[in-house]
Amino acid sequence: MKLQIASRLAIFAVLELTEHSDRPLTVAEIAAKYGVSTHHLAKVMHVLGRAGLVRSARGAGGGYHACGNARRTTLLDIIELFEALGPSAQDGSEPGNGTAEAGALDIVLGEIDAAVRATFGSITVATMRRLVGRGGLPRAAAAAAAAVR
Amino acid sequence: MKRSVARSKTHSRLPRRKQAARESRAAAPRSAKNPQAGERADAFVVRAAERADVAAVTALDERITGLAKSAHWLELYDRQKKAGQHAGIFLVAIGGGAPVRLFGFIVGEIRAWEFGSAPCGWVYALSVDPGSRLQGVGEALLETMAGEFRAAGIAKMRTMVSRDNLLPMLFFRGEGMMAGPYIQLEKDLT
Repeated sequence: MKLQIASRLAIFAVLELTEHSDRPLTVAEIAAKYGVSTHHLAKVMHVLGRAGLVRSARGAGGGYHACGNARRTTLLDIIELFEALGPSAQDGSEPGNGTAEAGALDIVLGEIDAAVRATFGSITVATMRRLVGRGGLPRAAAAAAAAVR
Repeated sequence: MKRSVARSKTHSRLPRRKQAARESRAAAPRSAKNPQAGERADAFVVRAAERADVAAVTALDERITGLAKSAHWLELYDRQKKAGQHAGIFLVAIGGGAPVRLFGFIVGEIRAWEFGSAPCGWVYALSVDPGSRLQGVGEALLETMAGEFRAAGIAKMRTMVSRDNLLPMLFFRGEGMMAGPYIQLEKDLT
Protein backbone atom coordinates (compact mmCIF):
# COMPACT_ATOMS: atom_id res chain seq x y z
CA MET A 1 0.00 0.00 0.00
CA LYS A 2 1.47 3.31 -1.03
CA LEU A 3 -0.02 6.77 -0.83
CA GLN A 4 0.57 9.55 -3.31
CA ILE A 5 3.10 12.13 -2.20
CA ALA A 6 0.44 14.83 -1.88
CA SER A 7 -1.59 12.63 0.52
CA ARG A 8 1.46 11.95 2.66
CA LEU A 9 2.40 15.62 2.79
CA ALA A 10 -1.15 16.59 3.69
CA ILE A 11 -1.20 14.12 6.58
CA PHE A 12 2.20 15.33 7.82
CA ALA A 13 1.13 18.98 7.54
CA VAL A 14 -2.08 18.45 9.51
CA LEU A 15 -0.15 16.52 12.18
CA GLU A 16 2.42 19.30 12.46
CA LEU A 17 -0.22 22.02 12.72
CA THR A 18 -2.14 20.03 15.34
CA GLU A 19 1.01 19.51 17.38
CA HIS A 20 1.90 23.23 17.24
CA SER A 21 -1.58 24.59 17.78
CA ASP A 22 -0.20 27.48 19.86
CA ARG A 23 1.31 29.25 16.85
CA PRO A 24 1.01 29.34 13.08
CA LEU A 25 3.54 27.33 11.08
CA THR A 26 4.90 28.46 7.75
CA VAL A 27 5.04 26.23 4.71
CA ALA A 28 8.82 26.57 4.82
CA GLU A 29 8.98 25.21 8.38
CA ILE A 30 6.89 22.16 7.53
CA ALA A 31 8.67 21.58 4.22
CA ALA A 32 12.06 21.70 5.93
CA LYS A 33 11.13 19.00 8.43
CA TYR A 34 9.98 16.57 5.74
CA GLY A 35 12.56 17.52 3.15
CA VAL A 36 10.11 18.55 0.43
CA SER A 37 9.78 21.57 -1.80
CA THR A 38 7.79 24.51 -0.49
CA HIS A 39 6.19 24.81 -3.92
CA HIS A 40 4.71 21.29 -3.71
CA LEU A 41 3.64 21.71 -0.11
CA ALA A 42 2.00 25.09 -0.83
CA LYS A 43 -0.29 23.39 -3.36
CA VAL A 44 -1.19 20.75 -0.78
CA MET A 45 -1.92 23.44 1.83
CA HIS A 46 -4.20 25.20 -0.61
CA VAL A 47 -6.30 22.04 -1.02
CA LEU A 48 -6.42 21.54 2.75
CA GLY A 49 -7.51 25.15 3.15
CA ARG A 50 -10.35 24.75 0.68
CA ALA A 51 -11.49 21.66 2.58
CA GLY A 52 -11.57 23.65 5.82
CA LEU A 53 -8.89 21.60 7.54
CA VAL A 54 -6.37 24.46 7.79
CA ARG A 55 -6.56 28.21 7.59
CA SER A 56 -3.90 30.71 6.75
CA ALA A 57 -2.96 33.85 8.65
CA ARG A 58 -1.30 36.56 6.62
CA GLY A 59 1.33 39.06 7.61
CA ALA A 60 4.34 38.96 9.88
CA GLY A 61 4.20 35.89 12.06
CA GLY A 62 1.66 34.42 9.69
CA GLY A 63 1.37 30.86 8.52
CA TYR A 64 -1.12 28.05 8.85
CA HIS A 65 -3.32 26.83 11.70
CA ALA A 66 -5.17 23.53 11.87
CA CYS A 67 -8.89 24.17 12.17
CA GLY A 68 -10.58 20.79 11.86
CA ASN A 69 -11.67 18.68 14.83
CA ALA A 70 -8.65 16.43 15.46
CA ARG A 71 -10.88 13.84 17.15
CA ARG A 72 -13.20 13.59 14.18
CA THR A 73 -10.98 14.23 11.16
CA THR A 74 -9.74 10.89 9.84
CA LEU A 75 -6.88 9.98 7.56
CA LEU A 76 -9.49 9.02 4.98
CA ASP A 77 -10.90 12.57 5.06
CA ILE A 78 -7.44 13.90 4.20
CA ILE A 79 -6.38 11.27 1.67
CA GLU A 80 -9.58 11.50 -0.36
CA LEU A 81 -8.84 15.16 -1.03
CA PHE A 82 -5.93 14.02 -3.15
CA GLU A 83 -6.63 10.53 -4.47
CA ALA A 84 -9.42 8.05 -4.95
CA LEU A 85 -9.28 4.85 -2.92
CA GLY A 86 -11.05 1.64 -3.77
CA PRO A 87 -13.14 0.61 -6.78
CA SER A 88 -13.70 4.24 -7.81
CA ALA A 89 -9.96 4.42 -8.50
CA GLN A 90 -10.41 1.98 -11.42
CA ASP A 91 -11.67 3.30 -14.72
CA GLY A 92 -13.93 0.37 -15.53
CA SER A 93 -12.05 -0.62 -18.67
CA GLU A 94 -9.74 -3.20 -17.13
CA PRO A 95 -8.84 -6.17 -19.35
CA GLY A 96 -11.19 -9.11 -18.89
CA ASN A 97 -14.00 -7.08 -17.37
CA GLY A 98 -17.29 -8.92 -17.62
CA THR A 99 -15.74 -12.39 -17.28
CA ALA A 100 -16.40 -14.67 -14.31
CA GLU A 101 -12.68 -14.54 -13.50
CA ALA A 102 -12.69 -10.75 -13.35
CA GLY A 103 -15.78 -10.93 -11.15
CA ALA A 104 -13.96 -13.26 -8.76
CA LEU A 105 -10.93 -10.99 -8.74
CA ASP A 106 -13.19 -8.01 -8.02
CA ILE A 107 -14.52 -9.81 -4.92
CA VAL A 108 -10.97 -10.21 -3.59
CA LEU A 109 -10.01 -6.63 -4.46
CA GLY A 110 -13.22 -5.38 -2.88
CA GLU A 111 -12.27 -7.12 0.37
CA ILE A 112 -8.90 -5.38 0.35
CA ASP A 113 -10.45 -2.01 -0.51
CA ALA A 114 -12.95 -2.32 2.32
CA ALA A 115 -10.18 -3.05 4.81
CA VAL A 116 -8.11 -0.12 3.55
CA ARG A 117 -11.02 2.31 3.81
CA ALA A 118 -11.96 1.00 7.27
CA THR A 119 -8.42 1.50 8.50
CA PHE A 120 -7.95 5.02 7.14
CA GLY A 121 -11.51 5.93 8.10
CA SER A 122 -11.06 4.92 11.72
CA ILE A 123 -7.77 6.64 12.52
CA THR A 124 -8.21 10.26 13.46
CA VAL A 125 -5.63 13.01 13.58
CA ALA A 126 -5.75 12.80 17.39
CA THR A 127 -5.10 9.05 17.25
CA MET A 128 -2.18 9.65 14.90
CA ARG A 129 -0.74 12.18 17.32
CA ARG A 130 -0.89 9.57 20.05
CA LEU A 131 0.88 7.09 17.79
CA VAL A 132 3.55 9.67 17.04
CA GLY A 133 3.90 10.33 20.77
CA ARG A 134 4.41 6.63 21.40
CA GLY A 135 7.18 6.53 18.83
CA GLY A 136 5.10 5.02 16.05
CA LEU A 137 3.39 1.71 15.77
CA PRO A 138 3.41 -0.90 18.52
CA ARG A 139 6.16 -3.46 17.97
CA ALA A 140 3.90 -6.18 16.55
CA ALA A 141 2.20 -3.83 14.11
CA ALA A 142 5.54 -2.38 13.01
CA ALA A 143 6.89 -5.89 12.38
CA ALA A 144 3.78 -6.75 10.38
CA ALA A 145 4.13 -3.56 8.35
CA ALA A 146 7.79 -4.28 7.68
CA ALA A 147 6.97 -7.82 6.55
CA VAL A 148 4.71 -6.67 3.74
CA ARG A 149 7.02 -3.93 2.44
CA MET B 1 -14.64 16.61 37.05
CA LYS B 2 -13.88 13.97 39.57
CA ARG B 3 -14.10 10.33 38.78
CA SER B 4 -13.52 7.44 41.05
CA VAL B 5 -12.95 3.91 39.99
CA ALA B 6 -13.75 1.08 42.33
CA ARG B 7 -13.53 -2.60 41.64
CA SER B 8 -15.30 -5.39 43.36
CA LYS B 9 -13.39 -8.00 45.29
CA THR B 10 -15.21 -10.63 43.32
CA HIS B 11 -13.05 -9.76 40.31
CA SER B 12 -9.66 -10.47 41.72
CA ARG B 13 -7.57 -13.44 42.66
CA LEU B 14 -4.86 -11.36 44.25
CA PRO B 15 -3.71 -12.09 47.80
CA ARG B 16 -5.64 -10.01 50.34
CA ARG B 17 -2.82 -7.52 51.03
CA LYS B 18 -2.21 -6.85 47.35
CA GLN B 19 -5.92 -6.67 46.77
CA ALA B 20 -6.35 -4.06 49.52
CA ALA B 21 -3.59 -1.95 48.02
CA ARG B 22 -5.17 -2.19 44.60
CA GLU B 23 -8.58 -1.22 45.85
CA SER B 24 -7.13 1.69 47.74
CA ARG B 25 -5.51 2.94 44.55
CA ALA B 26 -8.58 2.22 42.49
CA ALA B 27 -10.99 4.02 44.77
CA ALA B 28 -9.02 7.26 44.79
CA PRO B 29 -10.86 9.90 42.78
CA ARG B 30 -9.27 10.63 39.43
CA SER B 31 -9.80 13.41 36.95
CA ALA B 32 -10.91 12.80 33.40
CA LYS B 33 -8.02 13.24 31.02
CA ASN B 34 -9.57 15.61 28.57
CA PRO B 35 -13.27 16.27 28.74
CA GLN B 36 -13.95 18.78 25.99
CA ALA B 37 -14.15 22.34 27.18
CA GLY B 38 -17.57 23.50 28.19
CA GLU B 39 -19.14 20.05 28.37
CA ARG B 40 -20.96 18.92 31.46
CA ALA B 41 -19.02 16.20 33.21
CA ASP B 42 -20.78 14.34 36.02
CA ALA B 43 -18.96 12.23 38.58
CA PHE B 44 -19.20 8.50 38.14
CA VAL B 45 -17.74 5.33 39.56
CA VAL B 46 -16.67 2.21 37.73
CA ARG B 47 -17.42 -0.94 39.69
CA ALA B 48 -18.29 -4.59 39.19
CA ALA B 49 -21.85 -5.04 38.00
CA GLU B 50 -24.45 -6.32 40.41
CA ARG B 51 -27.48 -8.35 39.44
CA ALA B 52 -29.66 -5.31 40.12
CA ASP B 53 -27.72 -3.36 37.44
CA VAL B 54 -28.66 -5.79 34.68
CA ALA B 55 -32.07 -4.18 34.06
CA ALA B 56 -30.40 -0.80 33.42
CA VAL B 57 -27.78 -2.48 31.23
CA THR B 58 -30.54 -4.12 29.20
CA ALA B 59 -32.37 -0.82 28.82
CA LEU B 60 -29.23 1.03 27.70
CA ASP B 61 -28.33 -1.71 25.25
CA GLU B 62 -31.87 -1.70 23.85
CA ARG B 63 -31.74 2.08 23.39
CA ILE B 64 -28.51 1.81 21.44
CA THR B 65 -29.06 -1.36 19.41
CA GLY B 66 -32.84 -1.31 19.16
CA LEU B 67 -32.92 -4.93 20.33
CA ALA B 68 -34.35 -6.09 23.65
CA LYS B 69 -32.11 -8.85 25.04
CA SER B 70 -32.98 -9.00 28.72
CA ALA B 71 -32.60 -12.79 28.90
CA HIS B 72 -29.18 -12.55 27.25
CA TRP B 73 -27.71 -10.03 29.70
CA LEU B 74 -29.16 -11.76 32.73
CA GLU B 75 -27.94 -15.16 31.59
CA LEU B 76 -24.52 -13.68 30.83
CA TYR B 77 -24.28 -12.11 34.27
CA ASP B 78 -25.37 -15.31 36.02
CA ARG B 79 -23.03 -17.48 33.94
CA GLN B 80 -20.05 -15.25 34.69
CA LYS B 81 -20.90 -15.19 38.37
CA LYS B 82 -21.18 -18.95 38.48
CA ALA B 83 -17.96 -19.53 36.53
CA GLY B 84 -16.00 -17.38 38.95
CA GLN B 85 -13.32 -14.74 38.83
CA HIS B 86 -11.87 -13.71 35.51
CA ALA B 87 -14.01 -16.14 33.58
CA GLY B 88 -15.96 -12.99 32.94
CA ILE B 89 -15.67 -9.36 33.90
CA PHE B 90 -18.80 -7.23 33.90
CA LEU B 91 -18.31 -3.59 34.91
CA VAL B 92 -20.66 -0.64 35.09
CA ALA B 93 -20.08 3.13 35.28
CA ILE B 94 -22.58 4.51 37.75
CA GLY B 95 -23.42 8.11 38.51
CA GLY B 96 -23.99 9.30 42.04
CA GLY B 97 -27.29 10.51 43.43
CA ALA B 98 -30.70 8.97 43.42
CA PRO B 99 -31.95 7.27 41.44
CA VAL B 100 -28.67 5.63 40.50
CA ARG B 101 -27.88 6.38 36.88
CA LEU B 102 -26.07 4.01 34.51
CA PHE B 103 -23.50 5.87 32.41
CA GLY B 104 -22.22 2.78 30.63
CA PHE B 105 -21.08 -0.81 30.90
CA ILE B 106 -18.40 -3.13 29.59
CA VAL B 107 -18.23 -6.91 29.43
CA GLY B 108 -15.12 -8.97 28.83
CA GLU B 109 -13.59 -12.32 29.48
CA ILE B 110 -10.29 -14.12 29.34
CA ARG B 111 -10.06 -16.67 26.56
CA ALA B 112 -7.25 -19.18 26.47
CA TRP B 113 -5.67 -20.75 23.40
CA GLU B 114 -8.53 -19.74 21.16
CA PHE B 115 -7.40 -20.31 17.54
CA GLY B 116 -3.96 -21.10 18.89
CA SER B 117 -3.65 -17.70 20.56
CA ALA B 118 -2.05 -17.30 23.98
CA PRO B 119 -4.60 -16.30 26.63
CA CYS B 120 -5.95 -12.84 25.94
CA GLY B 121 -8.65 -10.54 27.25
CA TRP B 122 -11.66 -10.09 25.02
CA VAL B 123 -13.92 -7.06 25.23
CA TYR B 124 -17.18 -8.09 23.68
CA ALA B 125 -19.56 -5.37 24.79
CA LEU B 126 -19.04 -1.70 25.61
CA SER B 127 -21.84 0.86 25.64
CA VAL B 128 -22.01 4.41 26.92
CA ASP B 129 -25.22 6.36 27.39
CA PRO B 130 -25.37 8.81 24.44
CA GLY B 131 -25.98 11.67 26.89
CA SER B 132 -22.79 10.84 28.79
CA ARG B 133 -20.34 10.52 25.93
CA LEU B 134 -17.13 12.55 25.57
CA GLN B 135 -16.77 12.61 29.37
CA GLY B 136 -14.25 9.81 29.69
CA VAL B 137 -16.78 7.10 30.63
CA GLY B 138 -15.81 4.67 27.85
CA GLU B 139 -12.15 5.33 28.51
CA ALA B 140 -12.56 4.66 32.25
CA LEU B 141 -14.45 1.43 31.56
CA LEU B 142 -11.83 0.22 29.09
CA GLU B 143 -8.94 1.23 31.36
CA THR B 144 -10.50 -0.61 34.28
CA MET B 145 -11.08 -3.68 32.14
CA ALA B 146 -7.46 -3.53 30.95
CA GLY B 147 -6.37 -3.33 34.60
CA GLU B 148 -8.39 -6.45 35.41
CA PHE B 149 -6.81 -8.30 32.50
CA ARG B 150 -3.34 -7.15 33.53
CA ALA B 151 -3.95 -8.25 37.10
CA ALA B 152 -4.79 -11.70 35.76
CA GLY B 153 -1.45 -11.84 33.93
CA ILE B 154 -2.90 -11.06 30.52
CA ALA B 155 -0.75 -9.01 28.14
CA LYS B 156 -3.09 -8.55 25.19
CA MET B 157 -6.58 -7.13 24.92
CA ARG B 158 -8.74 -7.72 21.84
CA THR B 159 -12.14 -6.79 20.54
CA MET B 160 -14.08 -6.96 17.29
CA VAL B 161 -15.88 -4.05 15.66
CA SER B 162 -17.88 -3.83 12.47
CA ARG B 163 -15.87 -1.72 10.05
CA ASP B 164 -19.03 0.23 9.22
CA ASN B 165 -19.61 1.12 12.86
CA LEU B 166 -17.54 4.27 12.90
CA LEU B 167 -18.07 5.54 16.43
CA PRO B 168 -16.78 2.48 18.33
CA MET B 169 -14.07 2.06 15.71
CA LEU B 170 -12.84 5.62 16.33
CA PHE B 171 -13.06 5.07 20.08
CA PHE B 172 -11.02 1.85 20.18
CA ARG B 173 -8.45 3.28 17.76
CA GLY B 174 -8.22 6.38 19.93
CA GLU B 175 -7.48 4.15 22.90
CA GLY B 176 -4.49 2.74 21.05
CA MET B 177 -5.99 -0.47 19.69
CA MET B 178 -4.62 -1.57 16.31
CA ALA B 179 -5.52 -4.32 13.86
CA GLY B 180 -4.38 -7.65 15.25
CA PRO B 181 -2.78 -10.64 13.55
CA TYR B 182 -6.08 -12.50 13.03
CA ILE B 183 -8.59 -11.96 10.24
CA GLN B 184 -12.23 -12.77 10.81
CA LEU B 185 -13.59 -15.07 8.07
CA GLU B 186 -17.20 -15.92 7.37
CA LYS B 187 -19.33 -17.85 4.90
CA ASP B 188 -22.88 -17.38 3.81
CA LEU B 189 -24.75 -20.59 4.67
CA THR B 190 -28.14 -19.79 3.15
